[in-house]
Amino acid sequence: MRGMDKGKVIADIGAQKAVEMYRRMVEIREFEERVRYLFLEGKMPGTIHQYIGMEACAVGVCSVLTESDVIASTHRPNGHAIARGIPMKEIMAELYGKRTGCCGGKGGAMHIGDLSRGMIPAIAIVGGNLPIIMGVALAFKLRGEKRVAVSFFGDGASNEGAFHEALNMASVYEVPAIFVCENNQYGASTSIKRVLRIENIADRAAAYGMRGDIVDGMDVFTVYAHTKEAVDIARNGGGPTLLELKTFRLCGHSRRDPNNYMTEEEKKEWKKLDPILLSEKVLLEKGLLDEVEIERIHKETESLVSEAIEYGQKSPEPLPEDTLKGLYVNMEVPQ
Amino acid sequence: MKMGIAEALRKAIHDEMARDERVFCIGEDIGIPGGYGGAFTVTLGLEKDFRERVIDTPISEIGIFGAACGAALMGMRPIADVQYGDFLLCCMDQVVNQIAKLRYMSGGKLTMPVVMRAPVGVTGRGAQHAQCLEPFFLPCPGIKIVAPATAYDACGLLRAAVRDDDPVLIFEHKLLYGSKGPRAESGTLDASSDIPDEDYIVPIGKGILRREGSDVTLVAGLLMMHFSLMAARMLEEEGISCEVIDPRTLWPLDLGLILDSVMKTGRLVTVEESPKQGGIGAEIACRVAERIPDYLLAPVTRIAAPNTPAPFAPVMEKYYVPQPERIRDVVKTLVEES
Repeated sequence: MRGMDKGKVIADIGAQKAVEMYRRMVEIREFEERVRYLFLEGKMPGTIHQYIGMEACAVGVCSVLTESDVIASTHRPNGHAIARGIPMKEIMAELYGKRTGCCGGKGGAMHIGDLSRGMIPAIAIVGGNLPIIMGVALAFKLRGEKRVAVSFFGDGASNEGAFHEALNMASVYEVPAIFVCENNQYGASTSIKRVLRIENIADRAAAYGMRGDIVDGMDVFTVYAHTKEAVDIARNGGGPTLLELKTFRLCGHSRRDPNNYMTEEEKKEWKKLDPILLSEKVLLEKGLLDEVEIERIHKETESLVSEAIEYGQKSPEPLPEDTLKGLYVNMEVPQ
Repeated sequence: MKMGIAEALRKAIHDEMARDERVFCIGEDIGIPGGYGGAFTVTLGLEKDFRERVIDTPISEIGIFGAACGAALMGMRPIADVQYGDFLLCCMDQVVNQIAKLRYMSGGKLTMPVVMRAPVGVTGRGAQHAQCLEPFFLPCPGIKIVAPATAYDACGLLRAAVRDDDPVLIFEHKLLYGSKGPRAESGTLDASSDIPDEDYIVPIGKGILRREGSDVTLVAGLLMMHFSLMAARMLEEEGISCEVIDPRTLWPLDLGLILDSVMKTGRLVTVEESPKQGGIGAEIACRVAERIPDYLLAPVTRIAAPNTPAPFAPVMEKYYVPQPERIRDVVKTLVEES
């Protein structure tokens, strides 16, 4: 990993935005923690895949993007959705399967998204979104638009055939795509060490003649800086980048997973690198935050999430017959 | 002007690309200068008029269809093709889990105007370049499925597909293309038609009566439609009058056309180049039996390929693919025994 002058990075980001990024990570953490309890209490239908510990990835990347850029996420989409600016209320309502959800209750926890806000409804097939993002970027290139397309995926996805085809084609066509691999060291219960002979997924970029970069995914400002580099290159016609963010899931893979396949040692070491605590420390040191402000941000976030939960709970259910709507543009569902 | 299917498709694609700059083609070997214009010459020469919008790809079906999906989400109107229908199986995730489902999962907010083209049919190339895959997609709500058997329909349905905001899968038969030159298929049938100069479409969801009759209704698409017409001509000489319906669209099916016919004839025979189980014939038979059981003088009969992959040797191929003679024999027996 290349060293970057943290002070300069934060100065480039700007004080207000840096604090905003911190706030966004706090929002993701609070949202996910509260959803987990609702879920364990049996108050929420469906399934959940939580983003706890990975907040710096979503926020670091999404903070670089403009309104017209497009991201695609995975079965673990809440962090990306909040970072991209999808209102918490709409995410929560979707988790509750309500009509007011971002997908009208049709998608659920693994398909959060709203293209009008720059996020394709999440793709829950591991690796599935990479060729799609390559296609999005291809459209931008064909039309000469200065927009970028960002794919989020995990270490496990880098072993899917779709990864290979997407990256090769993205490189061949030199499209403005950023492939962000959030290497949280595990694909479900399988350690990446069991299924990969190489140390860094970003090293695979060379196989496609593509630019690769390895980043500390627990440091939101570093993620921002490396993402900005890649995005600027892409936006100016310099082609795609494979960005590997080294991170960790400070929670189970899904639902009730107590992640017993991780060692206590491992969990402890990574917990020390909690991205929220890390960024708090940096911002305190630089005088961009103080304890009062931190307290305020946490309190405001708690309220925000509470409001979202109330919205989700009180929103109307879809009608059962809504099942038959929204499939074809110009045709009813044949019986 | 008289044209075969390959030419008619080429004209339709050309016209659509000229009419709408969002339309583009993406596939393997489709626009290589000096190349074949796709395995069956359909895109031959299009790259001369539309270089940037005829995109040659690596051998990456997942990439081709994923790219089409992503581009369509951004408002483009891609025409993606596989060189052989069998290769759709290499990218089923993109077709079924992404293209077919994204609009629905978004709550109806996204549109997916993708056209997907796939050549099907047995042609002496062995089982992996032979399958008729239509039945695989019947249970994939979200995708419209068409299968043109004539040049007129191919041109009209391609246009309709490009203009449709929903994903459309077009199955084309290798023996009906009428490609010329080094890519000409042996065993090709004449499926050519007079193609009007003016713009026209063939609406998706509408079948067509190919031959009027009174004793039995044959429902058959693609090559089997042509074989059924041949069988019908032979049967006429034996005093049996066949009505032949070409569904043209497999989903949504023009059930009304079929029901009207069976209410008249009382007998239904479906013909397909895939095995019986879970096939188009099974679907049609069931729907007819559900609606008008009292009109049936005999149980629905399905003529289909045997339950094996497609064999290579020519004698076995003739056994595998329902031939006009077999259709004639089955229909004759059915009519005589009911």
